[in-house]
Amino acid sequence: MIRRLVTVWHARNLEFLRDRATMLFTFLVPLAIVVGMGIVFGGPPRPLFKVGVLTTNLAAETHPFLHERFFDFVREPDAATGMHGVARNELDLLLDLHAHGVRYWVNPDSPKGYIAERLLLQTDPQAVRAPVTGQASRYVDWLFPGILGMNMMFSCLFGVGYVVLRYRKSGFLKRLHATPLSAFEFLTAQVLSRLGLILAVTTILYVGVGTIIHFHSAGSTALLLLVATLGALSMIAFGLITAARFSSEELVNGVLNLLAWPMMLVSGIWFSIEGAPAWVHFIAQLFPLTHVLNAARAIALDGVGLRTIVPDLAYLGGTTLVFLALGAWSFRWRAD
Amino acid sequence: MPGPILEVRTLVKQYPSVTAVDGVSFDVPEGTCFGLLGPNGAGKTTTIEIMEGILAPTSGTVLYRGEPIGRRFREEAGILFQKTALQEFLTVRQTVALFRGLYDRGLDPDEVIRQCALEKLQRRDNRKLSGGQTQRLLLAVALVNDPTILFLDEPTTGLDPQARRNFWELVQSIKARNKTIILTTHYMEEAELLCDEIAIMDRGRIIAQGAPRALLHRHFADVLLELPSHEFPPEARALPLQVFEAADRIEITTNDLDGTLRALMDAHVPLTHLRIRPPNLEDLFLELTGKELRA
Repeated sequence: MIRRLVTVWHARNLEFLRDRATMLFTFLVPLAIVVGMGIVFGGPPRPLFKVGVLTTNLAAETHPFLHERFFDFVREPDAATGMHGVARNELDLLLDLHAHGVRYWVNPDSPKGYIAERLLLQTDPQAVRAPVTGQASRYVDWLFPGILGMNMMFSCLFGVGYVVLRYRKSGFLKRLHATPLSAFEFLTAQVLSRLGLILAVTTILYVGVGTIIHFHSAGSTALLLLVATLGALSMIAFGLITAARFSSEELVNGVLNLLAWPMMLVSGIWFSIEGAPAWVHFIAQLFPLTHVLNAARAIALDGVGLRTIVPDLAYLGGTTLVFLALGAWSFRWRAD
Repeated sequence: MPGPILEVRTLVKQYPSVTAVDGVSFDVPEGTCFGLLGPNGAGKTTTIEIMEGILAPTSGTVLYRGEPIGRRFREEAGILFQKTALQEFLTVRQTVALFRGLYDRGLDPDEVIRQCALEKLQRRDNRKLSGGQTQRLLLAVALVNDPTILFLDEPTTGLDPQARRNFWELVQSIKARNKTIILTTHYMEEAELLCDEIAIMDRGRIIAQGAPRALLHRHFADVLLELPSHEFPPEARALPLQVFEAADRIEITTNDLDGTLRALMDAHVPLTHLRIRPPNLEDLFLELTGKELRA
């Protein structure tokens, strides 16, 4: 038994070691995750609360509350923007240090806002609470589009890539290549097939979970569907680029993880990246999921119309075409 | 003789460590069955895949009706690969319908299913077919666009003799409809039965080409005598005969049957297991390359 076990173990190791691309990615992905996590979460302990401060120069402010530990204080240019952040749970508190005494705004439905408020009042009992104008939302309302978006992202990236890979390895793609079918036609059919499935699942989740958590979109549901459609198209096409060439499951798994992890960290699924360095914002803006979540939250939480989210929709539509064109251009019908 | 539907010109396929196809040229006349014969590794599949437009040659050209392989060829060609897979979880009928949908013109799926004797299997999952049934389905897929030219790459390899004969009957019925067929095989019986013209390949080159009968006449004016090796004594090897030693038998080629038999009897060679037969393509390959076709 041991001999047979060792024989198979040895053969599998040889297979792995000789598949250079797979081996490279197997080690590259964890390395990239370590580096990425190190950059995002390294350094001093992460702040627990994010507080907006209405000021022109945050460094010059001297209020004692600004010296509290585990708070991330970010400068807000105006009260309207700051209040919008509080209402959407992107800020736990908004401070105006230059009013007659300190004024602050807090979302009454935010647990973190409540704790931040208690700590502020301990430092400055004279601080006055001002009413948040507009519709304040719960954290779960802010989080819900993120969860749906994350589910979509994984389904888009992994759902199509492996299917195309299986077709290539089995020789089915080679058989299709012998017909008038073009790579673009094949890839588009795969994208559309997956799109239907993802929209069905997302709709079920939206209705089911939305009912349980009492989620109500402030804006048009049709617009949300449009965002989900364009977002899914873009992310499926993104995943297809990796499936366009490779013939190794392990390699494709590595590449897809390399795409999924950064998207999950910086696209704003779990927390807002407001106040993060400019380069994080730059990378976030490259990912389709960021634009899906921006647009979906703007519709669901702020009730905006089509005109406001046109830039996000244009980005998603444009990247779909670019990714599909890249996929078709680099597509390989054969495994060898 | 009809004009060529396919022209292959100085085809070369070079891999880093081997030249799989080395300057192959031939024409395929329309309405004929053209056979590419050779042992495993001779370059048959590489040649046919270049002709099918699946594989790019290192150099050389393939012309279909005088034009490079393109959209028209893909619409008008039917292909049965040596190894292929189909989309899973589809029935036989759904598989045929899937491929029918990829062509602008073609036959009704029911018609193709009938041609390939798949009527009783049309609701069956394509993963649950036997080897012979799968080959018939793959042939149906290759015929669904009513092709003018049909490529069959070792279509009966691995089939049992009955399934092989059934498949040959199907190919003969297709041939009777004036389709051009390009067939690779290492079954000589298959080539002799189906092909109007053959090209024998070895080490990436064509070493003989022509109609099977004409090739045999060109290379053999003789008959073949076969004897078991162990019944051929060492002293008989000194006889002035054209002798070839195969694995377990001795083959003697002669145009003087009486004289050869007399010489063998004089050398006390037992003739109980002697077999006299006309030469076939297998012998021709042996004659040309010094090795057996299915080696």
